[in-house]
Amino acid sequence: MPTSHDVTSPAVVELIDVGKVYRNGELEVAALRGVSLRIDEKEFVAIVGPSGSGKSTLMHILGCLDVPTSGVFRIVGHDAQSLDEDVLARIRNMFIGFVFQQFNLLAHMTALQNVELPLVYAAIDPDERRARAVAALERVSLVDRAEHRPGELSGGQQQRVAVARALVTDPALILADEPTGNLDSVAAADVLVLLEELNADGRTLVLITHERDVATRAHRIIEMRDGQAVDSDHAVEVVRRGGRV
Amino acid sequence: MTWRDTLWTALDAVRSHRLRSSLTMLGILIGITAVVLTVGIGQGASATVRDQINELGTNLLVVSPGSSTNSTGVRTGFATATTLTQADATALTSKVAAPDVEAVSPVSTASAELVNPTTGANWTTTLTGTTPSWQTTRSRGAVQGRFLTATDERNAAAVVVLGPDTVTQLFPGVDPLGSSVTYNGVKLQVVGVLANLSSAEQAASNDLAVVPLSTYSQRLVGGASRNSVSSIYVKSTSAGTLSAAYQETNALLLNSHHVANAGTADFSVATQQSILAASNQVDNTLTVMLAGIAVISLLVGGIGVMNIMLVSVTERIREIGVRKAIGAAPSVIRRQFLVEASVLGLAGGLLGVGLGVLGAVLVPEFSDQRVILSIPASIGAIVIAVGIGVVFGVYPASRAARLAPIDALRSE
Repeated sequence: MPTSHDVTSPAVVELIDVGKVYRNGELEVAALRGVSLRIDEKEFVAIVGPSGSGKSTLMHILGCLDVPTSGVFRIVGHDAQSLDEDVLARIRNMFIGFVFQQFNLLAHMTALQNVELPLVYAAIDPDERRARAVAALERVSLVDRAEHRPGELSGGQQQRVAVARALVTDPALILADEPTGNLDSVAAADVLVLLEELNADGRTLVLITHERDVATRAHRIIEMRDGQAVDSDHAVEVVRRGGRV
Repeated sequence: MTWRDTLWTALDAVRSHRLRSSLTMLGILIGITAVVLTVGIGQGASATVRDQINELGTNLLVVSPGSSTNSTGVRTGFATATTLTQADATALTSKVAAPDVEAVSPVSTASAELVNPTTGANWTTTLTGTTPSWQTTRSRGAVQGRFLTATDERNAAAVVVLGPDTVTQLFPGVDPLGSSVTYNGVKLQVVGVLANLSSAEQAASNDLAVVPLSTYSQRLVGGASRNSVSSIYVKSTSAGTLSAAYQETNALLLNSHHVANAGTADFSVATQQSILAASNQVDNTLTVMLAGIAVISLLVGGIGVMNIMLVSVTERIREIGVRKAIGAAPSVIRRQFLVEASVLGLAGGLLGVGLGVLGAVLVPEFSDQRVILSIPASIGAIVIAVGIGVVFGVYPASRAARLAPIDALRSE
């Protein structure tokens, strides 16, 4: 379902009647049933909905981690179904930064090595890699923890390392899947402020959450219900026009 | 991702699972050690054979009584018949009939118990009756005293030349020259001691008692077959004339034994090399068997690598998912696991060669087996080890590469 946006500006991601069916033996589960939406540059979009509503599936499709079973998904104008795994890997590497609920840092590596990892896959030379990773850690105020392993950091610190890893390649799109779900309120607030700053820098931010007060900070809310995207309510439109609450 | 980073990541993964990595390497290590030692033992054995050829001389023929096959095709016992005589040996010394023969020495042997009458020490050794030319045919003389002379032979003198080991047994710490030993009550004066043969396989040749053939047949052993000999050593004038000497010996003996058909000859002539070639073949069979065991253990080691890599893929499924989410292409993941498997192979190979070298040093300490390390074989073994890592890493690596990023991320 198209939104009332300026259609001349380029869409970062666009879904047209996207469906996703999981097959579990004989059982078919439709996680998405005809979702159409478009997210533009510099937007801050929250995706909300109860568990099982399909919001994680939507997130995975947006992140090129999964492919739709029907419909069209375009990322910066390219039809994702027509791209092979190598190209999708490059898009994930250069264009998208992920922040997960479980942090997903590699336990045997230091914070700095974790932040460097996307640059390793981008084949950036070691000196530049290090400099950029240090800069990213500075951005999340964790440069003094660079040599610590994830196990030696608090949950909030781990998530900030994950944010540093997401921003180190300077991606246009940040996808955050329940980034505050495992954090206490202070740490959660820190991480949200960081994500909002990244959005203020001009990056598109898509945030999945089930917490209403987190969602209301977004410009726009997409509510998932039973595999379908429901138009944002009027109150949220107000929020979108007025910026942050 | 650069190769350097791939290697670094693989080393990191190997390091962070120390116990598992070392158990995996163990399989490869055992296989490679087996390969290195097998090749080393094989080469040691053939070097020993080479040394024996050099020690005995390449231009030696050995005539033995009895033939390989009789006229009805029944194999008769090699060297059991008593068809060779001293007369045959004498005939072969003819410069006319056998111009390429330099020296001929008939030999008769028997097991005999010698006694040192002074101390009462006794020792069973090989009593060898032969002529002075034995020195020439066997390229071996006395280091102490003298060897047998023509006079001894003519007079059937009661003299004996002892092997160095025999001296050790009968005259421990005493100079044997001038002393005597008795055999069956016959007193034999020790006139010389033979040179020590160095190579380990020649140890038996250091324990013997050499007496004149005439003394042997007339005074010591005798019996009905007193004129027959156990074998005749024939030395050609040079290595180049060996085959001519072979022809002459064969023709002369066929003629004097009145044998028309060479297939029914009652004697056989063998070159020293053909005898050694036979023993070489036994060594080769052994080497092939050991190599077979080595190959099997390498195969088992390779399956171990595959098994562990599969476990590793399953265990690190989430890590693979994270790596894919942040931009690792399938080919990069595949390469990472392949490099990891080859690092395991390489480490196992290096350790295996190290252990093989250690074994090569230790084996000769505890047995008389010679081991010669081969550098090309060791390098080859390391290459094989890496190859095993790669070959058996292909399947786990492609499984890791094929994982959908989302399936990998979702697993707990």
